[in-house]
Amino acid sequence: MIQRTPYADAFTYGLMALGFLLLIGPFAVIVAAASQTMQQVNAVPFNFLPQNQLIANMTAAWTRADLGTAMLNSFVMASLVTIGKVALSALTAFSIVFFRTPLKHVFFWIVFITLMLPLEVRVVPTYAVAADLFEPIRLAIAWATGITVSVEWNLLNSYAGLTLPLVATATGTFLYRQFFLTLPDELAEAARMDGSGPARFFIDMLLPLSRTNMLALTTIMFVYGWNQYLWPLLMITDPAYKTTMMSLSSLVPHENALPDWNVTLAGALIIMLPPLLVVAVLQRWFVRGLVSSEK
Amino acid sequence: MADITIRAVRKSYGKTATLHGIDLAFASGEFVVILGPSGCGKSTLLRMIAGLEDITGGEIEINGRVVNKLEPRERGCAMVFQNYALYPHMTVADNIGYALKVAGVPKAERRPRIAETARIVGLGDYLARKPAALSGGQRQRVAMARAIIREPGVFLFDEPLSNLDATLRVTMRAEIRKLHQRLSATSVFVTHDQVEAMTLADKLVVMNKGHVEQVGQPLDIYHRPASTFVASFIGAPPMNLIDCSIDAADAVARHEHLAIPVPPAIAAALGGRQVTLGIRPEECRVLPAGQGQPARVDFVEELGSGRIVHVAFGSRIFAAAIPPDIRLAPGDLIGLALPPAQLHVFHRETGKRLDVTHSAGRLGLGPENDRVNEQETGLRATEAV
Amino acid sequence: MDKRAVFRSWWLPTAFALPQLALIVLFFYWPAVAVVRWAFTLEPPFGGSAEFVGLANFREVFADPLYWNSVLVSLTFALAGTLSTIFIGLVLALAVDRQLPGSGAVRFLYILPYAIAGPAAGLAFRFILSPERGLMASVNSVFPDFWNPARYGSHALILVIVVFAWKWAGYTFIFLLAGLQSVPTSLTEAAAMDGSGPIRRAIDIQIPLLAPTLFFLSVVMMTEGFVGADTYGIVARTTDGGPNHGTDVMVYRIVEEAFRGLNYSGASAQSIVLIGLIMIFTFIQFRFIERRVHYK
Repeated sequence: MIQRTPYADAFTYGLMALGFLLLIGPFAVIVAAASQTMQQVNAVPFNFLPQNQLIANMTAAWTRADLGTAMLNSFVMASLVTIGKVALSALTAFSIVFFRTPLKHVFFWIVFITLMLPLEVRVVPTYAVAADLFEPIRLAIAWATGITVSVEWNLLNSYAGLTLPLVATATGTFLYRQFFLTLPDELAEAARMDGSGPARFFIDMLLPLSRTNMLALTTIMFVYGWNQYLWPLLMITDPAYKTTMMSLSSLVPHENALPDWNVTLAGALIIMLPPLLVVAVLQRWFVRGLVSSEK
Repeated sequence: MADITIRAVRKSYGKTATLHGIDLAFASGEFVVILGPSGCGKSTLLRMIAGLEDITGGEIEINGRVVNKLEPRERGCAMVFQNYALYPHMTVADNIGYALKVAGVPKAERRPRIAETARIVGLGDYLARKPAALSGGQRQRVAMARAIIREPGVFLFDEPLSNLDATLRVTMRAEIRKLHQRLSATSVFVTHDQVEAMTLADKLVVMNKGHVEQVGQPLDIYHRPASTFVASFIGAPPMNLIDCSIDAADAVARHEHLAIPVPPAIAAALGGRQVTLGIRPEECRVLPAGQGQPARVDFVEELGSGRIVHVAFGSRIFAAAIPPDIRLAPGDLIGLALPPAQLHVFHRETGKRLDVTHSAGRLGLGPENDRVNEQETGLRATEAV
Repeated sequence: MDKRAVFRSWWLPTAFALPQLALIVLFFYWPAVAVVRWAFTLEPPFGGSAEFVGLANFREVFADPLYWNSVLVSLTFALAGTLSTIFIGLVLALAVDRQLPGSGAVRFLYILPYAIAGPAAGLAFRFILSPERGLMASVNSVFPDFWNPARYGSHALILVIVVFAWKWAGYTFIFLLAGLQSVPTSLTEAAAMDGSGPIRRAIDIQIPLLAPTLFFLSVVMMTEGFVGADTYGIVARTTDGGPNHGTDVMVYRIVEEAFRGLNYSGASAQSIVLIGLIMIFTFIQFRFIERRVHYK
């Protein structure tokens, strides 16, 4: 469309610049502060120019908050959540979409309802379940036989405890379901005519066709897993399992300690980097996953 | 090679019935075309033969074996879908060979068969391509190759040409026919395109609203449509139909001020009855005004090879084919002659064809009176066979 | 919208869905039942059997002025967060949708804050908008105590809302831009033929057509503001609910009550109220934009 609108164009650029300042400005402040000395970072007015202390501050933060362990744990946690979600949701969505059985509606609703209650509002009992995973089975045994078994099995301080409850939600399932519904009916029919059964169809057709979908889900789930805060805080007491979000607290300058915000922000920058990279590099997939998982 | 017998087959979804008791028999090697408007149940019937749709009632038999409960792969049918349903992530070779792969045929054995099949449909050079890199016609060929490679007893085609452009459709039509002659499997081809139906079929099945209207050879059906539905569905432009009452005394059919001469046998048999008369546009003759039945030119369609003139005829608009040398303008008054021997008579309420036979004169309607040997005077509605 | 081509089997789909269903039952339904059970019983946190107390837990919760404070804080937080994110997202989406040179780059950049975890963002903003250093120190040196989130609850609330808005504006932006791009160009072209300029077109054509997306986003952002994972993280890492309960949002209070106060029953009763709220939101969403989830 050819239309000369110089004023509107200038106004548009003004808005875009303002948006840039608001949304990207904080990153600039973080980077500048993380590269300054303690004196510089506490100076008034704030100096927006980055200095040469970035590596030194990052090293200091790395040792202070034991970021090596935390980064590894966060990476394992995010990866497990991602893999679990990508795999299990595909299976569930397949059984909800491609079968002619009344059960599929039951499955659909069982999964769908989980959209309504995020982990945060049921965090207390979910924690209780993870702390005493055997309880349902114990209750069942007690109810059926009258025998009280005193087996305890908890997920505290374990990768299973960190990840399993986060896999138990519906997001991924719906992403796959949306995609499966766009496939023409004839694809499954042609496969059936060619002699393929449902499992074969899933492996030969659906999985390869879902590749972009899986990539989209992977980006979302990785960011989601990496950014978990409350749940690791509850599940983990053993420092060997602590995640990056938990180490944030050991980065904050204490009330009466030195206000070395340069180190704090350098550490925060390290922690922010992995999801930031994922979103930046795989932005196309990330946006696609985000938009279609919510519809 | 397989014959197919369909007995009292019904289909309903919940309470709505879409097929009401279909009986058909296809001989081995026959090319059967099922023709009907959309929603008539023709695709459902095809999918029931394929095993993609449950059979609510009745039986389908392929090669003497009732297949109602069999999985698609056990029925020995291959199917070509309207949208081709190629596997988008596989190459042409993998698409063609997928059925063999599922059946566990070793790779070394698959490869030559894939190459041979691809050659038959003229895709030898495209084996490594993905479907997205193919033209519509090539995709169509892949879909056919995928069916051929299984060497099925029955080929099922679900409107396979409707996504192609007009030129390609003609080419592919010819190729399908040639392929059929070469493979001599039984083919069942569903379409809503009467030209496809006429050109391809050994046996034509016309369906409407979940019923079979007529079964027969294409030309028989064209010349002796069993109902007003068939009459108006086959032929372009469709058969002209006009409601009349038969006047036995004058041997004419009256419609408003019109008096159309009818054969005496009809007049005698149907005197006083309300009927629907039909005549194909190419049988109508245009005469100067004052001769024949009066009509007024509504508009003229130029076809190049000839013209179709649409005329106001009584309360109806009739189409008539005219040679290119006759010049007519809208509003012209003309005469229309309807040769009595070319008239088709249908029951006014049921729309069924009325064949009149006379013991003495053996008069009948239509050029092929294979039913005139009935030794009584009277009328009856021909049932779809 | 059922698929027609379906396989016939009951055990196979069951087997396929089983792993996820098992997890969901264990970590969703079982806890959900427990919330209800606890809300109506009083259970000593360490051992001892629970005693049914009816609505006593709720009465206790509702009698606490600090609870009502947290409701008010949550409501302010969610409303302000929703309005600001949608406003920013909408303005930026309208600007980027004009596809002037350079809009591709800013589109890429606007999404980045969404990748940052709430608590990490909160920590960073504690510095950026700190009263003693960072950006606000200069203002404070001219007008002392003009901005002091460590001292004033209202300032602290503004601070957490800013963090929330920073993180989520990119998210609303993505959806609104996608919504704008699905507006047929023929419509805006027709409006241009009628002589309307870009701003007029935005107000007369694009924003009305975005109504479903705007509605969807406001429900999502309200839910996020009330119970979102980041809401807890932002508050915990930025202000710790303070000062003087000034940022004590409902989720934060529930977790504090349960794990610091060890009052599971009170926390569960509060959870039930929150669940009720979410169900209302979800219901509204269903009622008015059923197209979001086509389940038939």
